[in-house]
Amino acid sequence: MRRYSAFAIAREALRYHTGWGRAWGAPAPKKHYDVVIVGAGGHGLATAYYLGKNHGITDVAIIEKGWLGGGNTGRNTTIIRSNYLQDPSAAIYEKARSLYETMSQDLNYNVMFSPRGVMMLAQTEHEKRGYLRTAHANALQGVKTEFITPDRVREIAPIINIDGPRYPVLGALWQARAGTARHDAVAWGYARACSDMGMDIIQTCEVTGVTREGGKVTGVETSKGHIGCNKLGIVVAGHSGQLAEMAGFRLPIEAVALQAYVSEPIKPALDCVIMANTVHGYLSQSDKGEMVIGGGADNHNNFTQRGSFSHIEETTRALIETFPMLSRLKMLRQWGGIVDMTGDRSPILSKTPVDGIFINCGWGTGGFKAIPGSGWGFAELMAKGHSPLTEAFGLERFREGRFIDESVAAGVAH
Amino acid sequence: MLKFTCPYCGIEASETELAAGGEAHLKRYGPGSSEQDFEGYLFLRKNPKGVHLERWRHVMGCGKWFLAARHTATLEVFGTYSAQTHEPPAEIIENIRAKFPEWQA
Amino acid sequence: MSTRLSTGGRLIDRAKPVSFQFNGRKMQGFQGDNLAAALLANGQVVMGRSFKYHRPRGVVASGAEEPNALVGLGEGGRFEPNQRATTTELFDGLTAISQNHWPSLDFDVGAVNSSLSRFLPAGFYYKTFIHPRAAWKHLFEPFIRKSAGLGKPSNPGDPDTYEHAYVHVDLLIVGGGIAGLQAALTAAKTDAKVLLLEQEAHWGGRAPVDGAEIDGVAAEEWIKNALQTLEAAPNVTLRKRCMGSGVYDHGYALAYERCTDHMPGAAGPRHRLWRIRAGQIITATGALERPLSFSGNDRPGVMLASALRDYIVNYGVSPGDRVVVVTNNDDAYRTALAVKDSGLTVACIIDARASADGPLPQACRDAGIRVETGKAIAGVGMKGKALKFVDICAQAGEGSVLETVGCDAVAMSGGWSPVVHLWSHCGGKLLWSEDNFHFYPDVTRFPTDHKGAQYVRTAGIASGAMLTHEVLGNASESAVAALEQLGHSAEAWRPSATGSEEGAMAPVWVMPQGASKAKKSKMWLDFQNDVKVSDVELAAQEGYQSVEHTKRYTTLGMATDQGKLSNINGLAVLSGALNQPIPQTGTTTFRPPYTPISMGVIAGPGTGKTFQPLRKTPMHGWHEANGADWEPVGQWRRPYCYTKSGESREAAVSREIRNTRDSLGLLDASTLGKILVTGPDAGKFLDMLYTNMMSTLKPGKCRYGLMCNENGFLMDDGVVARLDENSFLVHTTSGGADHMHAHMEDWLQCEWWDWKVYTANLTEQYAQIAVVGPNARKLLEKLGGMDVSKEAMAFMEHADGELAELPVRVYRISFSGELSYEIAVPANRGLELWEKIVEAGAEWNITPYGTEALHVMRAEKGFIMIGDETDGTVIPQDLNLSWAISKKKEDFLGKRAQARSHMASAERWKLVGLETIDGSVLPDGAYALAEGTNENGQRNTQGRVTSTYHSPTLGRGIAMGLVLHGPDRMGEVLKFNKVDGSAVEAKIVDPVFYDKDGEKQNV
Repeated sequence: MRRYSAFAIAREALRYHTGWGRAWGAPAPKKHYDVVIVGAGGHGLATAYYLGKNHGITDVAIIEKGWLGGGNTGRNTTIIRSNYLQDPSAAIYEKARSLYETMSQDLNYNVMFSPRGVMMLAQTEHEKRGYLRTAHANALQGVKTEFITPDRVREIAPIINIDGPRYPVLGALWQARAGTARHDAVAWGYARACSDMGMDIIQTCEVTGVTREGGKVTGVETSKGHIGCNKLGIVVAGHSGQLAEMAGFRLPIEAVALQAYVSEPIKPALDCVIMANTVHGYLSQSDKGEMVIGGGADNHNNFTQRGSFSHIEETTRALIETFPMLSRLKMLRQWGGIVDMTGDRSPILSKTPVDGIFINCGWGTGGFKAIPGSGWGFAELMAKGHSPLTEAFGLERFREGRFIDESVAAGVAH
Repeated sequence: MLKFTCPYCGIEASETELAAGGEAHLKRYGPGSSEQDFEGYLFLRKNPKGVHLERWRHVMGCGKWFLAARHTATLEVFGTYSAQTHEPPAEIIENIRAKFPEWQA
Repeated sequence: MSTRLSTGGRLIDRAKPVSFQFNGRKMQGFQGDNLAAALLANGQVVMGRSFKYHRPRGVVASGAEEPNALVGLGEGGRFEPNQRATTTELFDGLTAISQNHWPSLDFDVGAVNSSLSRFLPAGFYYKTFIHPRAAWKHLFEPFIRKSAGLGKPSNPGDPDTYEHAYVHVDLLIVGGGIAGLQAALTAAKTDAKVLLLEQEAHWGGRAPVDGAEIDGVAAEEWIKNALQTLEAAPNVTLRKRCMGSGVYDHGYALAYERCTDHMPGAAGPRHRLWRIRAGQIITATGALERPLSFSGNDRPGVMLASALRDYIVNYGVSPGDRVVVVTNNDDAYRTALAVKDSGLTVACIIDARASADGPLPQACRDAGIRVETGKAIAGVGMKGKALKFVDICAQAGEGSVLETVGCDAVAMSGGWSPVVHLWSHCGGKLLWSEDNFHFYPDVTRFPTDHKGAQYVRTAGIASGAMLTHEVLGNASESAVAALEQLGHSAEAWRPSATGSEEGAMAPVWVMPQGASKAKKSKMWLDFQNDVKVSDVELAAQEGYQSVEHTKRYTTLGMATDQGKLSNINGLAVLSGALNQPIPQTGTTTFRPPYTPISMGVIAGPGTGKTFQPLRKTPMHGWHEANGADWEPVGQWRRPYCYTKSGESREAAVSREIRNTRDSLGLLDASTLGKILVTGPDAGKFLDMLYTNMMSTLKPGKCRYGLMCNENGFLMDDGVVARLDENSFLVHTTSGGADHMHAHMEDWLQCEWWDWKVYTANLTEQYAQIAVVGPNARKLLEKLGGMDVSKEAMAFMEHADGELAELPVRVYRISFSGELSYEIAVPANRGLELWEKIVEAGAEWNITPYGTEALHVMRAEKGFIMIGDETDGTVIPQDLNLSWAISKKKEDFLGKRAQARSHMASAERWKLVGLETIDGSVLPDGAYALAEGTNENGQRNTQGRVTSTYHSPTLGRGIAMGLVLHGPDRMGEVLKFNKVDGSAVEAKIVDPVFYDKDGEKQNV
């Protein structure tokens, strides 16, 4: 792999960049792999990467129906944080956050992790108590957060209206080392590193069936023929239900659309990520200068990836309430992402009823921030059959009534 | 912005007047039921990329719950019907099968 | 240099001069100008700077697709960044500033990026700034972020208002050019309700500029006639300055009307958002001209051929005295003719096609204009910021210069692309035309509505029909198809039209064909984002070969014009690099809005006080007048406490509690949920809803109960009063009333629909006042009326009667542990009763108390609070409320769930009281520490604080919490964490801190 650096760019500049090779290969599928991952989004690629890096498993194919990183990885608001309440969530999201810190160096691909800080506004007494609880939990989970005063909030984010007429800001849960990253770069960086380890990324290849023998997986039928494998990882977000059906089991999952939009780019005005859960909106400013705004998820099952309007209206009203300057900006583009919601709104990283099939899904609205932690834990689960990071996220928890409920800490989508 | 005809008040109502309530025709399993049945009832969902029988409430209107057959990818609505039934009316099944002959509730 | 022509300008009124300011410089224009035209008229060619390289940029288009001429408009609260000069109508007093430069538009330090552009190719930031890690955080990233963005941020305090208009129409027609007008004329003959929208301030689109003749009259005349007919039609509504911004599912569409942008401060809303439900939608959205990719095509003075024509014909503005036209099609020859007609010089027409023999080229030759076929522009020469010449080469070659032609403006045309955005928003698919080299709607793969039927059609050029008579015929036919689907019969007709015949165009994606890498790195595709041909080729070379990858890797098409000018050219270059046909490469997704719409209009009128409904109890005004310190509780406002002047919140709460416990307190409990459940099966229904038995409750009695969801978790609690054999009044928490009522209806309508039960949410029908404290009974007796003696009304009983001559229902219930009556009275009498109580209670120093005193007093008594002790993960068993879970009932909601292994586990944390050793208040949300760490290195815990207060009654901190095996560990001391890393010790105690035997309430 050609290393990326400022020197390499300078060298290439002199010959009009004719020397750069492909970032990742475009191989035809082999007949059989040790491991097949279905889904070349962030989670699938990260899983493959850590299978190779941490467990020495490189006979891996990552199969993608469309283009790598073309699903929710490239269609989210890029927030990275780990200020979760429940231990299992805090563990996997903090693992992810810490891996994001060094990801550019690990992958030799600048994913532009920007630890600009994430602030979750407390706008009711109840919300304030919830965040105080999270701050105490985080202190024991190795997640550095603090509850800050309204004055600190204003200092960090001067465009905020602390004394909103309906929901004055009573403080905020602040995670200084949280932030954002360039979403596409995460998928591309992992893809390049996987390809470099000799893994096959097979794009525009749709899985049409899962083959089994004696309760054990043997491979997948695809639009490019049968691909055999010893282990199969299903990492396809919104389409998990369809894959599970092919493999003969059901999931506690429903796919709904999460709405988001961006404004036209303006000069820097907001130096952190702000989430306002009481009024259901969140906001950050991208490196391009666009205000990236997310709101609620529709409640009905939806596979269209289209933007709708009802949530956009509500979110905008709420945000103008707290950030009055937004009134004079313009919405540039809106879209919907298909997110897979579980019964407790926490993900599933689990073995399945079929021997050799593992599933990683149900990230709902929180998937991007988890990518490296999810890949790390899921790779360990696939390689060793057990991972402390994924232990609590098994499928059986719904039967047992052992939920991981973050709703006290995260009322809205993120 | 979806719209459905509320079978109770007859009004064509926008999504903003309605509240979605998930999969319809779930059979309730109470005390004494098996783990599997109970889990299936409370959590496992069809979640089809296809025709979905689902619950809606005309919450900003007459307040009634009703059921709808809607395709989750094309968003076509094959009909709405009373919530007080265990299966869709024959007419709606016919509408669905006219397009998807293989469809099973 | 650009200037105003002495004649011409069909849209301007030379009798009405308008003065405005640009970058502080005073300028003059005319009414009817857009800002870009007025700037050109004042010789201002450079209007902005590009995003990445800060290159000076002139206006390139004349409409909504403009990527370069973006300005900051207005001042103060009205300042708005990134406003397109091309869609900004000039008004007197307009102030605009240019963007993205420092210190000035003419001299921009950031332009150094341009000289370094070779070192900043597509995706360069992914490949660099990687080491050292700290440098990214402290040096590179802050620098990149500082250079982000285009315009300056807007300011708070937007003084303008916004409005939403809701409308249902049979047929929505988007676009008021001749296609939209023809579609509307077709529909006007029916009785279908029609809404016709035009984004500009004038009707007719490009036809008048292009000089077509329709039905034997000039286009302008035909348009005037059409408008007259439509204005007279009772079933047609016309809106101009109103852009169809998006098509959504099931026939929904949004339109963005800019009502007063051209006269700021005028009465009425600034913008209006039309929320349209249409039976059928026709998009007559026309087409956009594409630039040509030649070296130096981004220089100020180079613009689209159609734009240059617009400035001359519409505004009487000359973009330059000597114009070179460069093209691959016949349409650009119209520009040459327009230039010539206005008295300016066409230096030469450079046509990349091998030959050009249609009527338009012939007309140009006849007019004496030099036409060079098979040629291309090899480069653009500048002197300072002014365009001076172009180098001409053969299109087929590598760019050796054949000739240099002096000029000060270049009009370029790479062909036209239909505007298919609205067609595509909801799934309409596209085909590639091998004649016109553009994507156009595939009429067999259309967007479908709720019935699975087609609901969007295109008309005119948006359909790919390029000639005027085809445009009109297609529009009429689309309208008929839409009308027939709506059940109206209509007839299509095809007006005769002349003047639009064109010869075949040729696909020219790079100019010249064999251009070197060096040349390609000077060919701009996306002007605003500085994406060049070389960048797209690099992306393809590096494997970013999906169109989405290329777009994201290079940022092609991601600027504020969303690729309106760049997408097709970029796609063609990518396809060329991948050596595959364009349709195989595919397109990116079109997403709403068509052009950006203000966030103000999205929010509409629902901001500020109308953001959410504010619910007020009947006594709200009294609270406000008596020092209420408000707390939002859902949409209600409740007094947190009542502060007297100079008093702190803490002091007020202490005073309220002490007075209540010592003498008499008063609480507005009106927000408490009150749901009537009535019918022969009401008891049976409540037995399913509550964990305990309600059907056995006797009329006149009250019972506290718990409601769980089907997943077993505690949802709500409250007191149920049985009114008579068939009726119960269910009290819920303040925040829970609507939710619990919906919950009841869900089960009644969808599961137990044969049960005879009726529910009604009466929360707002009654005011409810809690009279609390040792003197409570004395007060009620003083008010006079019904018997509230111990004998007549025992604890947990209720009765209807009269107090102070008001009709009341009195419940003897207590959430404070004191002798307490809750008095319900019809809401319209609430304030009257409240004031009478306050007056009568003066002798006992009656003290109104707020939510905080309520919370503290309930905690002193060990009562749980939904939302504090519960968080959606707590079951009644955790709270030692097993006594309230019926063992007799076969079934209730949540019973099966609570039998699951984890719910039935002995390891669940259970409710206890907690007392700090030092008497301090335990931190809210603190966790009880356990030894060691878990597998993920997190500190083990064994419990947590759920409520914690300073108790003025006990003079110390008290708390409740959930602790592992808690009730079996009375007296044990646990350590609770603080956020600073230290810990505080607390002893496990009984959760009832005050009056354990209930002596105070049972008097």
